[in-house]
Amino acid sequence: MQHEVKEFKPKIVAFCCNWCSYAGADLAGTNRLNYPADVKIIRVPCSCRVNPMFILRAFQRGADGVILCGCHPGDCHYTTGNYYTRRRMTLLFSMLDYLGIEKERTRVEWVSAAEGAKFAATMNEFVAAVTKLGENKRLEDLRCKK
Amino acid sequence: MQRIGVFVCWCGSNIAATVDVNAVSEALGHEPGVVYSINYQYMCSEAGQNLIKDAIKEQHLTGVVICSCSPRMHENTFRKAAASAGLNPYMVEIANIREQCSWIHKDMATATEKAIILGRAAIAKVQLNTPLIAGQSPVTKRALVIGGGIAGIQTALDIADAGFEVDIVEKQPTIGGKMTQLDKTFPTLDCAACILTPKMVDCAQNENINIFSYSEVEEVKGFVGNFSVKIKRKARYVDENKCTGCGLCTEKCPQKKVPNEFNLGMDNRRAIYIPFAQAVPKVATIDPDYCNMLKNGKCGVCAKVCTAGAIDYKQKDEIVEREYGAIVVATGYNPIKLDNFDEYAYSQSKDVVTSLEFERLTNAAGPTNGTLLRPSDGKHPHTIVFVQCVGSRDTSGCGKPYCSKICCMYTAKHAMLTREKYPDTDVYVFYIDVRTPGKNFDEFYRRAVEEYGVHYIKGMVGKVTPRADGKLSVQASDLISNEQLHIDADMVVLAAAIEPDKSARPLATMLTASMDTNDFFTEAHPKLRPVESPTAGIFLSGACQGPKDIPETVSQAGAAAAKVIGLLAKDKLTGNPCVAHSDEMMCNGCSSCEKVCPYGAISYVNKEFRMPDRTTAIRRVASVNEAVCQGCGACTVACPSGAMDLKGFSNSQIMAEVDAICNMK
Amino acid sequence: MSKNDKEQVLRSSGVNVLKCMRCGKCSATCPSYDEMEYHPHEFVYMVEKGEIDKLAASPSIYKCLSCYACVERCPRGVEPAKLVEAVRLLVIRQQGQNHLKADDIPDLLDEDLPQQAIVTALRKYSK
Repeated sequence: MQHEVKEFKPKIVAFCCNWCSYAGADLAGTNRLNYPADVKIIRVPCSCRVNPMFILRAFQRGADGVILCGCHPGDCHYTTGNYYTRRRMTLLFSMLDYLGIEKERTRVEWVSAAEGAKFAATMNEFVAAVTKLGENKRLEDLRCKK
Repeated sequence: MQRIGVFVCWCGSNIAATVDVNAVSEALGHEPGVVYSINYQYMCSEAGQNLIKDAIKEQHLTGVVICSCSPRMHENTFRKAAASAGLNPYMVEIANIREQCSWIHKDMATATEKAIILGRAAIAKVQLNTPLIAGQSPVTKRALVIGGGIAGIQTALDIADAGFEVDIVEKQPTIGGKMTQLDKTFPTLDCAACILTPKMVDCAQNENINIFSYSEVEEVKGFVGNFSVKIKRKARYVDENKCTGCGLCTEKCPQKKVPNEFNLGMDNRRAIYIPFAQAVPKVATIDPDYCNMLKNGKCGVCAKVCTAGAIDYKQKDEIVEREYGAIVVATGYNPIKLDNFDEYAYSQSKDVVTSLEFERLTNAAGPTNGTLLRPSDGKHPHTIVFVQCVGSRDTSGCGKPYCSKICCMYTAKHAMLTREKYPDTDVYVFYIDVRTPGKNFDEFYRRAVEEYGVHYIKGMVGKVTPRADGKLSVQASDLISNEQLHIDADMVVLAAAIEPDKSARPLATMLTASMDTNDFFTEAHPKLRPVESPTAGIFLSGACQGPKDIPETVSQAGAAAAKVIGLLAKDKLTGNPCVAHSDEMMCNGCSSCEKVCPYGAISYVNKEFRMPDRTTAIRRVASVNEAVCQGCGACTVACPSGAMDLKGFSNSQIMAEVDAICNMK
Repeated sequence: MSKNDKEQVLRSSGVNVLKCMRCGKCSATCPSYDEMEYHPHEFVYMVEKGEIDKLAASPSIYKCLSCYACVERCPRGVEPAKLVEAVRLLVIRQQGQNHLKADDIPDLLDEDLPQQAIVTALRKYSK
């Protein structure tokens, strides 16, 4: 029996802070800088709005990678939000690693509104890293699988 | 169940060229809750907006999804359109299928598929949207201007003119900034002091303006309309109210060997000093690093000679706390340090000077009383070499990658004035490009060449070598005649790049205003909002935003003032309704949210609740001050019981978006 | 042919000639400027235009001291000396042999020869 080998397209959820990385993503668009369509951006007011629940939910629903983008340390629109993000995600990611979700599938990046090129480069790099790891098999709700 | 309308924009060909808009509106039309789905050429146009308004009315829509450009671009446009059709503006969600889809993908199938998924995520979110009503907050009718150079002075004067109070905070003992050090100003050659000092005096005399000189901003709290700022008034050891500025103390002070920063260290001042004759406020200041009395308690001459009894050696730094509605940043610039440019021998020879030093050497109030003399031996220089772009347009890491913008013009000015005053002097200007885009600027530069005979040479100076006979050997290239030149110069003047003042970076952190990699403040929009910072209530004036000459600085200062006046003229500001909200039934009173809130917007109250068994109980629950909350959402994550949620970005809404994105086929 | 040469020079030097903003500081700083037919700034421009043949035929490539003053002073990080060296290398490779055997060098040395030139000679001719 011959199966057609389908090219693996990862599902990637990107949470972007409205004030910097979301604008950075817009700038990447304005400058027509390509990055894979596998990345889908969710706008949040601040990276610290991202509840670890959202990330768990994404992996539960079959995401292959989750990236969180915020303002550079010290530049948070809300003064300290990204510091919370940094601490929370350090804990969460090491826990996920323990659960079998490789560290390469999760990432926190600081991208400012002026860094369109960095945004595109980060996404390209992240998608490449996740693609290399292949499909995420953990945390998926088996009841949803057919 | 919501009745959702989906509107897909072509944005001309910006979206339609890579996204199959028909397929998108067709696919999204079948999503649950969607009752209406169309596409149109320009949704943001009048006709497009009418399309939305009509559909809201005819289809009785309760939610709207617009697949178009970034919400940062037109979210407000569409919210207003929805509001005018009677729909709560926060029932509108935007799927960004231009910046984050059509512009970055080339393949139509991929882009269309992504656009549909982004549309689905927006639909999933709008399903859970609830109407929001914005709260209002009062406006403190006073502005703070940080920096008292020409930018800050002009902004303050314009705001004061409109009848609002303004405070200027200046870290130096006097306002006036860099412009006070200049001699003449291009392109009209009027004297800087003659046009600046009347403005400084205006500031001092204006009832609405309050000058905090020798002061720095210590702490900024609050938000647009309601800033609370702590200002540190550094001890100047002289009572400002008593000092008459007679200057007797500055003549009698025995400590004569203090480098005079106003003349860039080219001469000395006393330990007690008034920076220059026209200083505002004209009050003496004691330099604690040099004053014998403050250092070892021996002297006290100034206190003895002061007839006003203004000297106070026991004065301490004082913190003043003031409320403001708006803050204008006007921190200005400085020439860069030339440590990385040893080839020009700046540190080896006194006769190699920066342009600002040259400015002082030609200024009547400068160390040479306006006669151009070589700093090393006080002789008249016969050959002067000007070097442009020292540290500007430098990507090697030694200098700054940007063009400093003002150097071409001031060098033309220096060259021209030198030739006018001393026709026996040979003047060479080495340039990479001469950039003179300004009114009457190019004419000015051509006059230097054509009427004053300044030798403009296309090429750079490679090195400057001080010689034993006091001359400077200048080795340079002339790119047009393709030869290497060797010039024996008496003086070399370096047009050093300019950089933002060092105080700007910590200030930006205090203000949560963003900066670029060169430490210039970022504007809210490079073309359309050039004098506003992305942080609401913070405005930018002058060279803190980018290199600028005086005409440009003054126009930007006026523009910033106009924006401030527009803000202060309002009695109330409509806030952002996307604020945190606590479900009191779920709150367990743990205080986690209170601790993470950067604005102190959360407090705890004891509230009476009816229990299921019909008794009442008093419980401690979180309460959010909606006027103070900025909607960052830090508290929502800190809350262990899930009681805290953010309106407009609720947990369930973001989860729904995650689901919509992950459940792709 | 010439296009390949340009690519090879760009590749072996690792220089991006498009970064040059034509300020001429390289030529202003060059100690053997008067010896050279084509000067450092011309190297950059001529490589950009693809005129490698002219450069390869010019004695200028052997007049460069490889003192790297131009590299040090260039405000844009263009590194003209590396281009000179790359052209030199191109010539050597094309001819399939060295101009000078390393063993021949000691005989050519004299007391006035600057130390720098000796080091450069090894760069140019050894292997």
